Amino acid sequence: MFLPETATFCITLLVYGAILLLLIYYVLTLADLECDYLNAQECCRRLNFWVIPKFGSHALLCVLLLLGGHWVMFLLNLPMVIWLFYELHRQRRDSLGVYDPVDIHSRGLLKVHLRNCMIYLGYYFVMFFVGLYCLISSLIKGDPIKRYEDDEIVTDF
Amino acid sequence: MSTYNPNFVPPAHAPMPLNGNNFVNGVQGSVPQQPGGPPPGQQYIPQKQPQQFQQPPPAAAFPGAGAAGNVPPPQQFKSGNTNQFLPPTSGAATPLQQLPPSTLPPHLRPPTVNGPPITNGSNGASSANSSRTASPRPIGAAPQYAQGPIAAALNNPPLASGLRPSPQPTHQSLTNLTSNLENLNLNTTRANGGTSVLPQPQTQLQYPPLTQKDGRGVASAQTGPPQFNDAKSLLAASGEAAAIVPNAMATPFSVQKPPNLAPNPAKMYGSASVGSRPTPAGQRIPYGVPPPTNPEQQSQQNNNLQNAPPPPRAGAVWPPSLPNVAAPGAQPMMPPAQQTSQTYPYSQVYQPAPQQQPPPPQPAVQPPPPGMFGTQPAGAPLQYQAQAPPQGYGQHPQQQPQSAPGGPYGTSAPLNVAQQGFSRLWGQDTIDLMQNRHILTPATLPPPKVVLHNQFHESINCSPSIMRCTLTKIPESNSLLQKSRLPLGIVIHPFRDVNSLPVIQCINIVRCRLCRTYINPFVYFVDSKMWKCNLCYRVNELPDDFQFDPATKTYGDVTRRPEVRSSTIEFIAPSEYMLRPPQPAMYLFLFDVSIIAQQSGYLEAACAVLNRHLDEMPGDARTQVGFICFDSFVHFYSMAEGLNQPHEMTLLDIEDPFLPRPDSLLVNLKECKELVRDLLKQLPKRFAHTHDPGSALGAALQVAFKLMQASGGRITVFQSCLPNKGPGALEPREDPNNRSAKDVAHLNPATDFYKRFALECSGYQIACDLFLMNQQYSDMATISGISKHSGGCVHHFPLYQKTKPHMVDSFRSCFKRYLTRKIGFEAVMRIRCTRGLQVHTFHGNFFVRSTDLLSLPNVNPDAGYGMQISYEESLTDAKTICFQAALLYTNSEGERRIRVHTVCLPVTASLPEVMHSADTEAIIGLLSKMAVDRSVASNLSDARDAFINATIDVYNAFKIAQNLPSGQSGQLIAPRSLALLPLYILGLLKHPAFRVGTSTRLDDRVYAMDCMKTLPLDQLMMYVYPELYKIDALIYHARNSNISSNQDDDEDEDEPLPELPRLQLSAEHLDSRSIFLMDCGTLIMIYVGLNVPPDVLEAVLGISSTAELGDYVYGLPNVVSNENDVLKRFILRLNYDKPYSALVQIIRDTSTAKGQFIERLTDDRSESSLSYYEFLQHIRAQVK
Repeated sequence: MFLPETATFCITLLVYGAILLLLIYYVLTLADLECDYLNAQECCRRLNFWVIPKFGSHALLCVLLLLGGHWVMFLLNLPMVIWLFYELHRQRRDSLGVYDPVDIHSRGLLKVHLRNCMIYLGYYFVMFFVGLYCLISSLIKGDPIKRYEDDEIVTDF
Repeated sequence: MSTYNPNFVPPAHAPMPLNGNNFVNGVQGSVPQQPGGPPPGQQYIPQKQPQQFQQPPPAAAFPGAGAAGNVPPPQQFKSGNTNQFLPPTSGAATPLQQLPPSTLPPHLRPPTVNGPPITNGSNGASSANSSRTASPRPIGAAPQYAQGPIAAALNNPPLASGLRPSPQPTHQSLTNLTSNLENLNLNTTRANGGTSVLPQPQTQLQYPPLTQKDGRGVASAQTGPPQFNDAKSLLAASGEAAAIVPNAMATPFSVQKPPNLAPNPAKMYGSASVGSRPTPAGQRIPYGVPPPTNPEQQSQQNNNLQNAPPPPRAGAVWPPSLPNVAAPGAQPMMPPAQQTSQTYPYSQVYQPAPQQQPPPPQPAVQPPPPGMFGTQPAGAPLQYQAQAPPQGYGQHPQQQPQSAPGGPYGTSAPLNVAQQGFSRLWGQDTIDLMQNRHILTPATLPPPKVVLHNQFHESINCSPSIMRCTLTKIPESNSLLQKSRLPLGIVIHPFRDVNSLPVIQCINIVRCRLCRTYINPFVYFVDSKMWKCNLCYRVNELPDDFQFDPATKTYGDVTRRPEVRSSTIEFIAPSEYMLRPPQPAMYLFLFDVSIIAQQSGYLEAACAVLNRHLDEMPGDARTQVGFICFDSFVHFYSMAEGLNQPHEMTLLDIEDPFLPRPDSLLVNLKECKELVRDLLKQLPKRFAHTHDPGSALGAALQVAFKLMQASGGRITVFQSCLPNKGPGALEPREDPNNRSAKDVAHLNPATDFYKRFALECSGYQIACDLFLMNQQYSDMATISGISKHSGGCVHHFPLYQKTKPHMVDSFRSCFKRYLTRKIGFEAVMRIRCTRGLQVHTFHGNFFVRSTDLLSLPNVNPDAGYGMQISYEESLTDAKTICFQAALLYTNSEGERRIRVHTVCLPVTASLPEVMHSADTEAIIGLLSKMAVDRSVASNLSDARDAFINATIDVYNAFKIAQNLPSGQSGQLIAPRSLALLPLYILGLLKHPAFRVGTSTRLDDRVYAMDCMKTLPLDQLMMYVYPELYKIDALIYHARNSNISSNQDDDEDEDEPLPELPRLQLSAEHLDSRSIFLMDCGTLIMIYVGLNVPPDVLEAVLGISSTAELGDYVYGLPNVVSNENDVLKRFILRLNYDKPYSALVQIIRDTSTAKGQFIERLTDDRSESSLSYYEFLQHIRAQVK
């Protein structure tokens, strides 16, 4: 309500884009770890640094959509926010973050992380286009180019 | 971050140092020169310590030395080495009689002779290192034995070795015996006794003296290497031949036994009695023989029997028929049918020694007992053995034509008997567990042997005590593994103290260019210039100097290199393997001096032990030590030069700790020894009257880290209470009223402080070891994090009090071992597997730095590790797979070394074979580690359920694999390889780590779980399922020998102890007139029955009645008597493989300490847990 619709969707689009870029960075870093180009501690420190910003931006986005009354978009975003929240809070008390250098190499956790990242990538990719659609539809809503106001349209000279 | 390049890439062309630059240890002058040139580019470095190997072997043992002649060595090497390569031809046949080793085919030739150096892997610092490294013996003294340096050390019973080689069944023979022969002769008396001779052509060839014993006199002209897989097994089947099999495959690295001990310790092989023990008839176990479980094999057998395969002499015929054998363990055992008309060698092998055991009369026909599926009557094995006449194999089946009723080949009885006999030989028989409750017999105890395909059958696999796989045949695909429901993994003890280890130094270490695998005995040589990596299958070039055989001055024979001959080898790493100069030995000790610590009084004992063994700590002239004490504050001790006593500095700001001065806190031990001793004397007095209840462990750790940061090293922490001050302070979490609850909480650490700290330490090559001597709950789960992730070790002494002398003794011996044992600094270990497999999960104390690289800031010889293996792709194309563990470390002398272990296993596509090849002990080792993970990640009851489900699944899978009828049949059929699984699983369920319903302190439980993760397998098994012996036989043995030994005291020294049978842990074996001994690893309990005869008590314990024993008696009293002496020797033998000798506790029947003993009888029922039989019934009910 406090933001125009187009601005909300602009922010949505920006957040999605940023998270997409971040996820690509995640995948690259994890792949580096898998190929042994990177130390586990270094890798986890880099990844854990971005976990909170990622979750925070998405949570803020959710609030924004809720406040703007975009129910469908809100419901589409909610599962991911809940999942990210769960991921943050299921850690044990001695865990060093979502990506724990101590056991990232055991029990195939690295594979799980990579798979999760791929799923996130797909999700945000789809959501990016959904957001783009919403933005465009909000832009063209209300006849911004005034097609149907006959007076304004100069059809012939 | 990391100090070491994990990939260890040496430069492609390292310049060749000239003129002996690559000598280490400066030994060239000290060792007599041998004729013949040392190898170029590679030299063996005898280590300083092992005296036994520094003396050059007698020239007679080295025929090649003469053959090599006086060829001057290559110029760039001085020839001061003790060992060198020998020519493959080595002087033809002239020295054949005196010098049997040289006549061996090259691959069978013992490394002793051919060159792998006989050096000791343990470093020279410790004469007190352990008894393992004691008892030196020149290897050349037993030339006939012709074992590898390793095998020689273990196979020869000391002192018996050179003198009377034949009649002593050795370790080796026992291993093989138990795996082969006992299958036939399943009752507990074994009559092989080493009297039988195996008329194998190989034997004759290799050991000319033996051929004289051979009655057949055939095949004496045979030449060439033994071609069959079965050569080994056959040789091994006779106690005598096994002793001289040079290919010590089963236990190449078992340690040398101390003198006066029997060559085959019962603790390893159970009750491997050598014939003289009377057979309790009740202990015969009717082992089940499967009905035709494997139709392929059956038909193979039929073919072999009827189509007359060539006799083993026809060496040219057999090999071609073998390479495509699907079951290498199976077919080579086939009896050559043509020999039925001749003397049948096997019958001789299995023939009982007539004077020892007259064959008891057996009824010819015995119907199988009801409810036994596919089993044979109890007497059948004996029958088979006793009635086998030496003159022919084909005859004895006809003497008992119906001994195997119901078999599919019932019409052809001879085949059937052969079938059963051989299926036992191959370990393919089954047991109905419901019918055989006394399952712990010699036949079930030894680990299964790895039998490799023809190509590698002569290659020596890594010792099972170092590296063991849960399956000795690897399923070819993941789906096959899933069908078997068995866990796949390896348990490894990489830094184990071994007696003799080939140590070599070369200019460039040959490794695969793609996967960096070290060259090992299982690679394939494409030609003389190329080798194919057995892990990634890349074809690599061999460097020129690797093909050069320095003895013969020829190129080409690469198979003589020690790298290719020994599966465990140590390289002295060139400088490419270090990113910084090797660090000196650095030791920092952190003492808790709070009031609780003072009340326990550990500081006196610790300082005293430290003071006494200061000189024995491994290290060189650069060794540095430091001490920090902490209560609510941190106390530093400066031992700067010029001071005449140590200065104490106290740091009050524990929230932001800093170092009070940059130097003199860690001081050079050599230079400041007086100051250090002074400090150690003063410390206990200094804090004797402290009343500070605080313990600022976190702050002390942080300053310790700052102190060690520059170099890395070892931090030893003594903690006696919950850390409650400064960073890392903890709250008590345990609810004492809830100790026997079903669900155990707080197995997880409470904070990430200690874990973070450990990871930081790991990055700077610092390891933290923890001694927890707590009086009350100290949150072991959290504090032990400092050791878990930094490659340290944890020791726990609950309720330590200086007023309890046994605890003090126990702590002293533990701490002494800790101080004086070997140590490897800044270590990394990499596990490589054949393509298609990968390590899935690691267990142990370390930090996993990348997918297959473990970072171990310190590595110690008492640490074991486990790895779960998973499939990446199917192994259909592979015949064998390999695991290679390479441990790169800096030893205490500042030398960079790489220890490489390789194990090679065959691949199979058959489910029954997988099941029959399972190694129960390794499985238990891996399952217990997985269960600890499960209890921490989920909860304890999940882990307990997982144990039971694993057992049920395995037996279900076996039932399906064998196509057994489903439904409730009242049976629980198990392959012999997995017969002990329920027994051990029950032991685990009742172990303090996993038990519920019995009051267990949380710290004790967490420590037990930690032990599950880090103990090496042999100690873990003792921890899970203690060894119980009835020692009456020892006492009677002592009495009998009393008379004879009076004449000759020296004879008495040699006398081996009788082998005692291991008993299952059940009170049904106890009786009131006997004395029992239970070996739990760190504690040996001697249980004295109520009605033990007074003379026995007098002789053994020096008391006249049991009433004189107190409730808590520790230590074996010194009594001058044979019985006491024999018991001491027996305990010494039990202690032999342990890191430090166990505490002995004597428990009388009515003592209050009896509960400790009874608690460990895990086969029996307790209030909250099932008995073994009930457990079996539960399993059986679940197996559909």
